[in-house]
Amino acid sequence: MIDFVQLIIIGTIVGSIIGLGAMGLTLSYGVMKFANFAHGDSMALGMFLAFIVVGDLGWAGSDIGRLSFGWGMIPALGLAMIGVALLNISADRTIYRRLRRRGAGIITMAIASLGLAIIVRAVIQIVWGSAPLRYSTGINPALTLPGDLKAKPDQFFIVGLTLVVAFGLYLLLYRTRLGKAMRATSDNPELAEIAGIDTERIRMSTWAVAGALTALAGVMFGIQAQLQFNAGFEFLLPMFAATILGGIGNPWGALTGGLIVGITQETSTEWIDAGLKPGVPFVLLIGILLIRPRGIFGSTV
Amino acid sequence: MTPLLEAVDVTTGYGELEIVHRVSIQTEPGEIVTIIGPNGAGKSTLLKAIAGVLPKFSGNVSFDGRDVTKLNAPKMVALGASFVPQTDNVFPSLSIRENLEMGGYQRTSGTSARVAEVLRMFPELERRPGEQASNLSGGQRQALAIGRALMLDPRLLMLDEPTAALSPVMREEIFDRVEEIRDRGVAVLMVEQNAKEALARSDRGYVLVAGERVLEQSGEEMLNNADVGRLFLGLEPAGRGA
Repeated sequence: MIDFVQLIIIGTIVGSIIGLGAMGLTLSYGVMKFANFAHGDSMALGMFLAFIVVGDLGWAGSDIGRLSFGWGMIPALGLAMIGVALLNISADRTIYRRLRRRGAGIITMAIASLGLAIIVRAVIQIVWGSAPLRYSTGINPALTLPGDLKAKPDQFFIVGLTLVVAFGLYLLLYRTRLGKAMRATSDNPELAEIAGIDTERIRMSTWAVAGALTALAGVMFGIQAQLQFNAGFEFLLPMFAATILGGIGNPWGALTGGLIVGITQETSTEWIDAGLKPGVPFVLLIGILLIRPRGIFGSTV
Repeated sequence: MTPLLEAVDVTTGYGELEIVHRVSIQTEPGEIVTIIGPNGAGKSTLLKAIAGVLPKFSGNVSFDGRDVTKLNAPKMVALGASFVPQTDNVFPSLSIRENLEMGGYQRTSGTSARVAEVLRMFPELERRPGEQASNLSGGQRQALAIGRALMLDPRLLMLDEPTAALSPVMREEIFDRVEEIRDRGVAVLMVEQNAKEALARSDRGYVLVAGERVLEQSGEEMLNNADVGRLFLGLEPAGRGA
């Protein structure tokens, strides 16, 4: 039983990271209307951009409480978030917008994003190599919780941050002019233009926010695991499963979807071989598409 | 009086397909102008081209003395010419209030005062501003779409078949609102299938057939025009029994 609860804890952490990534994915999917296959590799790019500060430059900074990383992670996060936001915006300017203006369908857009994904992954591999890296070499001892359960301070941080970000995204979408315009553009882009909304600008803002969220997910992943050039690709499917499970365009849905995928994936090892674990999101994804294609909560953006 | 809107020899259509051929129409400040005609005459196409939703192949459009031929919809809205499409004219996942806020997106000074003003014009919307637009009835949606278009205090409101698919009672409601809007000094240019009811409320009307303008008269003259009555208003010609 303890083992099982421990698996749920691990699943919650993995699920938070998937959820963070899925929030970015759901936002871009909702407004841009195509599946961005570059999302996973942009996440990995964010992870490595942060490494420039805390690894390549060695600006780890002094410790933050019992966390494994120091204050240097703050500028590292900033660089990662801005970097991936800029990548998204330039990809839109150079690729997606041109396709959009030619009236390209969602398949063409998705395939173009797959091409971008491969380019990003190759660049990461060229710059940082194939050997796994770490943000910090120190150990992050686990805290013992009641019932002899274990969790690391980093992991509490990740879950807490995810909740804060989900709430922030909710406020953005439902309480700000920009967020409401994102939802309006997602609902009906032609009507948004007729209403006087500059939809191209809304798309740029959406790419920026989605990019920042993606990078954040990548850095959180890097904090609790090794940095690998192909990490993003492995996360892509769980993120899609979470996005579709939660309903496209719904930030709370993406988070909930992420948690469901993470927890299901981790607890499945009670019954199946751990090597089969990465297949669990596939099964979930197919199941959702067959039973409830609009997700648990339905789409909002 | 100088016309508020003047379209001269406008030719337009979809893609390469020319649907409207050299049509000229005008709207003066504070009048209701209705374009009627059979299905496929190009009425909506003409309105969309004027609103900047569709490009014009040739011809000129001026609004308030300014050449707006090449302007797109967001720029037309900014100048004070709002357009309400016939269908898909509300944001379904947004609330009533949010729909109105989006209509006022270009307002830099905030929208809450104007949202309150517009809501006062539509009591059925004012009762529940938090309701999601997808839950509204056809008439309520139309009212919301018109309200949305009023958010920037336009001087010209362009309505594409505002009463299509509405019950007779709702049609009356919408036409009453259109008159109220006109009485507040906003010019209205609309395309209508319910020609008889629309013309009864219109200052002027145009008849479009096969992409060409065939008639321009006052609303009253058109209602009494035997040809128009026979062709578009479903009236039996005088002197012949039913």
